[in-house]
Amino acid sequence: MMDINDLYVRMLLGVLAMLAAVVVGLAYKGIDRKIAAHMQSRIGPPLRQPFRDISKLMQKETITPDGAVDWIFHGMPVIGLVAALLLVLYIPWGPLSPPLKAHGDLILVLYLLIIPSLAMALGGFSSGSPVAAIGAQREMVMMMSYEFPLAIVILSLAWFYTRVLPGSAPFAFTTMEAAPIWGLVGPIGFIGAVLLLLSLVVVTPSELSKIPFDAPEAETELGGGLMAEYSGRDLAMFYIADAVKGLVMAAIIVGLFFPHPLSPIVEKYYALPLIMDQPVVAWIIDGLFFLFKVFLVLFATVTTVRVAFPRLKIDKISYIYLVPVSLMALAGTLLLYLDTLGGV
Amino acid sequence: MSKCSYTLPIGPVHPALKEPTMFKFVMDGEIVKEVDVQPGVNHRGIEFIGMRRNPLQVLHLAERICGICSIVHQYAFTMASEKAAGINDIPERAQYIRTIMAELERIHSHVLWAGVAAHELGFDTLLHWTWKLREDVQDVLEYISGNRVNYAMYYQGGVRRDISPEKIPRIKEMISAYRREFQKLADAFLEDPLFKHRTVNVGVLTKKDALETSAVGPTTRGSGVPKDVRVDQPYGGYADLDLKPCLPEQMGYPNTGDTYAKTVVRILEVGQSLDIIEFCLDNMPPGPIRWEMNVNKVLMHMKKAGGEAIGMTEAPRGEMIHYVRLDPGDENVSAWKVRASTYNNIIAWQKMLVGAQIADVAIVAASIDPCIGCMDRVTVVDGETGKEGVMTKEDFYRLSVRKTRRLRRMKGKPSGGGW
Repeated sequence: MMDINDLYVRMLLGVLAMLAAVVVGLAYKGIDRKIAAHMQSRIGPPLRQPFRDISKLMQKETITPDGAVDWIFHGMPVIGLVAALLLVLYIPWGPLSPPLKAHGDLILVLYLLIIPSLAMALGGFSSGSPVAAIGAQREMVMMMSYEFPLAIVILSLAWFYTRVLPGSAPFAFTTMEAAPIWGLVGPIGFIGAVLLLLSLVVVTPSELSKIPFDAPEAETELGGGLMAEYSGRDLAMFYIADAVKGLVMAAIIVGLFFPHPLSPIVEKYYALPLIMDQPVVAWIIDGLFFLFKVFLVLFATVTTVRVAFPRLKIDKISYIYLVPVSLMALAGTLLLYLDTLGGV
Repeated sequence: MSKCSYTLPIGPVHPALKEPTMFKFVMDGEIVKEVDVQPGVNHRGIEFIGMRRNPLQVLHLAERICGICSIVHQYAFTMASEKAAGINDIPERAQYIRTIMAELERIHSHVLWAGVAAHELGFDTLLHWTWKLREDVQDVLEYISGNRVNYAMYYQGGVRRDISPEKIPRIKEMISAYRREFQKLADAFLEDPLFKHRTVNVGVLTKKDALETSAVGPTTRGSGVPKDVRVDQPYGGYADLDLKPCLPEQMGYPNTGDTYAKTVVRILEVGQSLDIIEFCLDNMPPGPIRWEMNVNKVLMHMKKAGGEAIGMTEAPRGEMIHYVRLDPGDENVSAWKVRASTYNNIIAWQKMLVGAQIADVAIVAASIDPCIGCMDRVTVVDGETGKEGVMTKEDFYRLSVRKTRRLRRMKGKPSGGGW
């Protein structure tokens, strides 16, 4: 039951969450670029470079190429950005529960995750450039490949929760937050959960089109691929969508596997109950801890990976997701299943 | 051409190409069916400018044909103009210094290429690492000549700057530093499984194709053709050396002619160059570094002399030819023709790119180490309409017939510096 005041509060919260996600996502992009630069013995751009890029792109001319389908070409950046921002409303942000948690769950998140990639692919096809068309084809192939292990991971987790905690909502982040998976599994299940986590970690860079899975953009092959024809405001929107999506992917991994808050530990070991009685302090501690966890996930799945590998060819990418990663995810599922048998 | 094929243009400006040139691919999905290379967008008319200047001025112009293999252009031009002017007794010390400079440049060029290859594969970490490694040899080049890119070291009859004994320890230090890093460089490229995945059996140039397209340099040596100007027609200090062309089999890899084999050749050549520099430093004979110290005398000699000659050097990319004609009484270079190594190698592109995936185009194109600035010597433009055209075999035949007639008419008259 939602009264009208509650609706306003939620709307306000939602808008604030979206704005915060844009700012934080771009900030993480800046950190990622700086760290990657240092790993490659470069100085790298200043941390605020992504913000500068956006403000510059916003001032630039937005070109429609000859032969482009105008409304699709300009519509897709909006759709991609909206989908990425909608994701923000369904994902827990550390101490802040999702603004629309009662109205959507992991299944919705899975669908919304597809939309920015799909928008990019459609935008590429509609631009009328052969380079963008090749990029869009690759993006579609890559999506079909990595969605499979991604779905396996999410479904296995949900299935596991229905077995272990009957009656809980299996597709809600709150369930994972209340009882993190590591406390529910035995030794076999622990290995299974690690395999699922690894599969999700491998899916992340391609979900974000980062090296080694950046075949759709492939600067030195396709000169930007499906982004080749985009410029100005449209490109800025895709850029922001990409930043937000990066943040969201990391937040999903944190929400599914590491939803642990820090404040109880601080309270217990540092004996600060007086401070902890203030919910604001606990919120700040947990919020910062959450941001730190997101940073670690992005560092491990995006920054180090893109520094350490060359670009893979599209057939190899497809193979990697459809065979080894899917098998790894299925093995994780099997181990979780064996674990529940032992538990019962 | 099947129904579902489409045309993909790459160029004239594209991130995969370090210099402007144009490819048109007929694609079938991700596979290249046909290749059309359309060079001619980087033509600067350097030969035309050179034919209005004297040989000493052209030296600096020749060096500026290329930003990477600049010294081999100067080397080839120096040799050609020396032969044409009949300057034969170049001091041995100068010959050795020339060789050292050319080999230092080969190291820097090959290491630079390795970085570019890594970048084409999206492996920017390796790019930055190799380019950091390249700084060492750049520092030494600057230490010897005062310049990092265009060294201005050679001129007719000798070299401009000496490598004095107190400079030798610094160069030796660089050599030992590279020997230490050499294994790392080889491992980073040749042992990396993903580098292998992207290069083995990619862009294959068979031995037969290599011979048919007259490819030169590492491009042809990767296919197992032992062709190297330094060995076949030794010049400068190379004549005193016991050199063998670097082939992939020396590292235990078959001479398949793929991109991996070409990488092996280049990495081997870095080691070979280190050996050559060390030998030259140790055995450099004492003596003068110039045939004639007075520059005006050299210029006067060349003004009086007449003749034509070809200068051949082994550039980092392969055989490089400069043709020079000097007419007696004419101060300027009467004719100058540059045929850079890339000119031969781009023909091999046709063989290497067909059947490749679009993802391989960048690395296969890079595998010949294309230097478009060296290669683009001609653009056919209609002076009135500004339209660019392509010359066919018939056009060339017609033009050569016309020229022969013109030369016959002019027989006996001084040619006056024009074509």
